[in-house]
Amino acid sequence: MRALRYLLLALALGITVPALAQQGTPRGVVSAEELEAAALRQGGIIAGRHTIPDAAQANLIQPEGKAWRDFHNVTLAWVGGIAVLGMLGVLIMFYMMRGKVMVHGGMSGRTITRFNLLERANHWMVAGSFIVLGLTGLNLTFGRHILLPVVGPYTFTAISEWGKIAHNYLSFPFTLGIVVMLLLWAKDNIPGRLDIEWFKKGGGLVGKGHPDSKRFNAGQKMIFWITVLGGAAVAVSGYLLIFPFMGTDVSDMQLAHIIHALVSVLMIAAILGHIYIGSVGMQGAFDAMGSGQVDVNWAKEHHNLWTAEQLAKRPASGAPGAQAKPAE
Amino acid sequence: MARMKFLCDADRCIECNACVTACKNEHEVPWGINRRRVVTINDGKPGERSISMACMHCTDAPCAAVCPVSCFYTTADAIVLHDKDLCIGCGYCFFACPFGAPQYPRVGNFGGRGKMDKCTYCAGGPQEDNSRVEYTQYGANRIAEGKLPLCAEMCSTKALLAGDGDMIATIYRERVSKRGYGSGAWGWRTAYRMTVGG
Ligand code: SF4
Ligand code: SF4
Repeated sequence: MRALRYLLLALALGITVPALAQQGTPRGVVSAEELEAAALRQGGIIAGRHTIPDAAQANLIQPEGKAWRDFHNVTLAWVGGIAVLGMLGVLIMFYMMRGKVMVHGGMSGRTITRFNLLERANHWMVAGSFIVLGLTGLNLTFGRHILLPVVGPYTFTAISEWGKIAHNYLSFPFTLGIVVMLLLWAKDNIPGRLDIEWFKKGGGLVGKGHPDSKRFNAGQKMIFWITVLGGAAVAVSGYLLIFPFMGTDVSDMQLAHIIHALVSVLMIAAILGHIYIGSVGMQGAFDAMGSGQVDVNWAKEHHNLWTAEQLAKRPASGAPGAQAKPAE
Repeated sequence: MARMKFLCDADRCIECNACVTACKNEHEVPWGINRRRVVTINDGKPGERSISMACMHCTDAPCAAVCPVSCFYTTADAIVLHDKDLCIGCGYCFFACPFGAPQYPRVGNFGGRGKMDKCTYCAGGPQEDNSRVEYTQYGANRIAEGKLPLCAEMCSTKALLAGDGDMIATIYRERVSKRGYGSGAWGWRTAYRMTVGG
């Protein structure tokens, strides 16, 4: 009796199991939920085949857009805000504590050439485009929180639209200028033994006294390499974004944007420091990029080795003891 | 008010692309722009499914969250729309969108992508309902006429469902329990943070 029941059971199973399998998943198992959950975890894209020319449209679901959103709305806003405002705060505090760094020996009235016309023109081409690029770039992240409520949506769109055009086109003089800077100044910016000494003494700004320095001190070398290497990074990532889908897909462009934005805000912070020292922070410094002629006493204090070299080649212009010439 | 959603029953979709054609025609969508498309995954392999995909009108829409000029708005029916007079064509919404919905009329001209275009759920835009200018910018406004999106309305297998989210989820669940299988509501986990039992 018992054996018969087992036999019947086995027969019944034998019949029903294949039937279930057939009815259960006739076309293979695939689950939207599981695929999406996995793609979200692993940062993948659910893609397939389609019949339209736009290759990007083969992506069905790319949950990694969420990671980019979090970067843009949270990480970038914080990093950018802290970098830019923090640097401004530090500079204001520094100015209040230390004040303007003066030329100890006073102005001599005699000058030597620090930067020639090409160097200055190139510097200002980069500087001018950098300021517009920086402001229009910051506008894309912070404008809607700061500017939009003030000027209203239509004016803000007009500003942002022109800003975008300016940002795209000024990238060209900026990039060209970075290349020229590299050619002009790289040889004077190779890190050396003196730079270690310079850092040990805290430079001319933080520390006391003036460490030995050739044409550029370690601080300036840092600004130079931040500008050149950072500029190269923003240029490459920026051009990938200017030409969407040219050899990139959406993940590449998200990555390019992340690099572009992070390097940019850090560069803006560094350049704020550079602008400070070159203007209100230090007496006599602006002339280097203004008229190109710096006071001999300034030069001796900040770049003693370079000055000695220059004076050996060519004496300073202007009468000793005469008052400083008004800037041209 | 209803909470409008799309649901594509991939076990019914036969990849006929009628929804794509209907959308193109209804809104006179220009060449190169695809507000809706059909993607086939696992093509020719076990588990092959075709899914008709467009803007899903997400909850807490990522596009709206990242737009630098804040040009998106959500209607009372939870349809995500945008103002083309404000859009600067930056492409950010495309980076953030999980469904590749935002489209641009021009690509690659020094970042000059033109105004973003995407599925409006046949609900037009901020201009006056069914005005000439609304049609030119956004296409037809069927919602204002009390109709549902045309893609779903004319889907021959009724794979693509449009309407109130709860209602279409119920229809889908009934189908699944009746026929005994279903690959789930594509994109719902990502767009609405919910799933409809497969
Ligand atoms: S599918 Fe894309 S475009 Fe549509 S609401 Fe979601 S994020 Fe925005
Ligand atoms: S492309 Fe237009 S809608 Fe999209 S994020 Fe940029 S400005 Fe906003």
